[in-house]
Amino acid sequence: MAVYTFKEAKPAPSTSKGVVFWLRENLFSNIGNSLLTLLGIYIIYAILPPLLDWMIFDATWSGTKEEVVKGGARWIFIIEKFDQFIYGFYPEAQHWRPNLVALLSIAFILAMNFIPNLKVKIGLMAVYPIICFVLIHGGMGLEVVPTEQWGGLMLTILVATVGIIASFPIGVVLALGRQSDMPILKTLCVGFIEFVRGVPLITILFMASVVLPLFFSDGIDFDKLLRALIGITLFQAAYIAEVIRGGLQAIPKGQYEASESLGLSYWQGMILIILPQALKISIPNLVGSFIALFKDTTLVLIIGLFDVLAMVTLTNSDSNWLGFEIEGYVFVTMIYWVFCFSMSQYSKSIERKYNTEH
Amino acid sequence: MSEQEFMITMKDVNKWYGDFHVLKDVNLNIKKGEKVVICGPSGSGKSTTIRCLNHLEKFQKGQININGTELIDDVKVVRDIRAQVGMVFQHFNLFPHLTVLENLVLAPTWVHKKPRAEAIKTAMYYLERVKIAEQAHKYPNQLSGGQQQRVAIARCLCINPEIMLFDEPTSALDPEMVSEVLDVMVELAEEGITMICVTHEMGFAKKVADRVIFMDAGQVIEENEPHEFFDNPQSDRLKLFLDQILSH
Repeated sequence: MAVYTFKEAKPAPSTSKGVVFWLRENLFSNIGNSLLTLLGIYIIYAILPPLLDWMIFDATWSGTKEEVVKGGARWIFIIEKFDQFIYGFYPEAQHWRPNLVALLSIAFILAMNFIPNLKVKIGLMAVYPIICFVLIHGGMGLEVVPTEQWGGLMLTILVATVGIIASFPIGVVLALGRQSDMPILKTLCVGFIEFVRGVPLITILFMASVVLPLFFSDGIDFDKLLRALIGITLFQAAYIAEVIRGGLQAIPKGQYEASESLGLSYWQGMILIILPQALKISIPNLVGSFIALFKDTTLVLIIGLFDVLAMVTLTNSDSNWLGFEIEGYVFVTMIYWVFCFSMSQYSKSIERKYNTEH
Repeated sequence: MSEQEFMITMKDVNKWYGDFHVLKDVNLNIKKGEKVVICGPSGSGKSTTIRCLNHLEKFQKGQININGTELIDDVKVVRDIRAQVGMVFQHFNLFPHLTVLENLVLAPTWVHKKPRAEAIKTAMYYLERVKIAEQAHKYPNQLSGGQQQRVAIARCLCINPEIMLFDEPTSALDPEMVSEVLDVMVELAEEGITMICVTHEMGFAKKVADRVIFMDAGQVIEENEPHEFFDNPQSDRLKLFLDQILSH
């Protein structure tokens, strides 16, 4: 017979810690790995310095286009056309209105995160879109700016935001409908989702702009932007529905049974138990789908709306500023990247916030 | 004894999954305060039987009465019956996105419309009873299996049920944690709540049950008070079953 005493925990040996250990373990663990590391370093060396030279060190930041001497980027083009990229044809005297909306939006997002009172939140959610609409569109004493003049980054953000916010509840309802026991409801939802997912966004935008007005009597001139928004919202709702369906399927049957056995009704069970868990699982895919939508909004160009990319293309044909395509497209690339990367980081932070595993 | 005095009556209950006949003429009468243990091999219909009692499973033929109300497929009737019947599951089925306390407060506030402060007070009382009050603000996944199952029991007690159903409450637990859950169940039994428990814990059955029921192939094969049930089984099928589970 043998009895053993408990052992104290000891620190790990020093050879398994530190910078040298990390380098050896991760970058030079064997010959193949070392070669790949060296190749990687060479690629960075070959690309990064010229890129930085072009973008920053040799770039022209001020002056007129005739004064450009060096071979770097001529950012004066962007500075000159900046207002058009951001606001499109929105009248210059009214630029403060979209600016104010941007500030309000930041305040709104902060308020949503920090105000604990649910009623205040719901109140804000109801008032915020109305204020934004009045500010941008006009009315109530403000000069009306017709939607034909909206454009640039402002339009891109507007279309993406409305698309994301309006499609979300529709997507949830479609996902629940697709799981429903009621055959007709289920067929309608499946039919809608599969139809929309089976056609490209461009087709839907064309349909929204050409076919939709056929349903209305001749007198009503349906706003072009509104038609695009409806098309994009319905398109996005179908994708959201599929993402949420994936989340719903990952919820164990026991969760439904527990909520039923406690006497919760269908909607109570869904809203309090099932959806919070399903949405949490779906966050990465939801944000992926939102990012895709943000980039897809540029297709509104097809039906004659000028988003930020369309504005860059348009200014390139200005006969005073020919030959500045590269700067314009690099700029617009950076804008897209900043927005999409921010969304991706925001998604990571809310995933961490709702993690209840530890 | 007249029918009204039974808390639960099942009369010729039949259920099919497609063409598969899972419950065959199940008859069961359970008095108020009675403790009944149901055992049997897997697939014998014992879980299905108790899941019929709170309408988690529908049955196609027969009749079930719970505390004087006939169980029919009607939203309001089902809601009324579920308000009187608590169920504890094999895999606990706590809500992982809510804290322990929120798990307990949910049904009393949303279903039974109790004020939140009162619901919290009741919840803390029952957490105290299952000896886990200090974990009230943790999330279920931070607790051990035995602790989670005790929370699940407390969650049921918060709706103040007349009847408690236990569906293999200790089968998913590590051996070290079985007894802490059984202890809570024994305490509950001593207080006179009506209990139906599907379990293979024969020690628990001997100690607590007023009656033990043996099911196989969707039917009740034998029922008896525990002493006779274990020491003097009548049917060959039960003798074989007891031989197999008690041989180690």
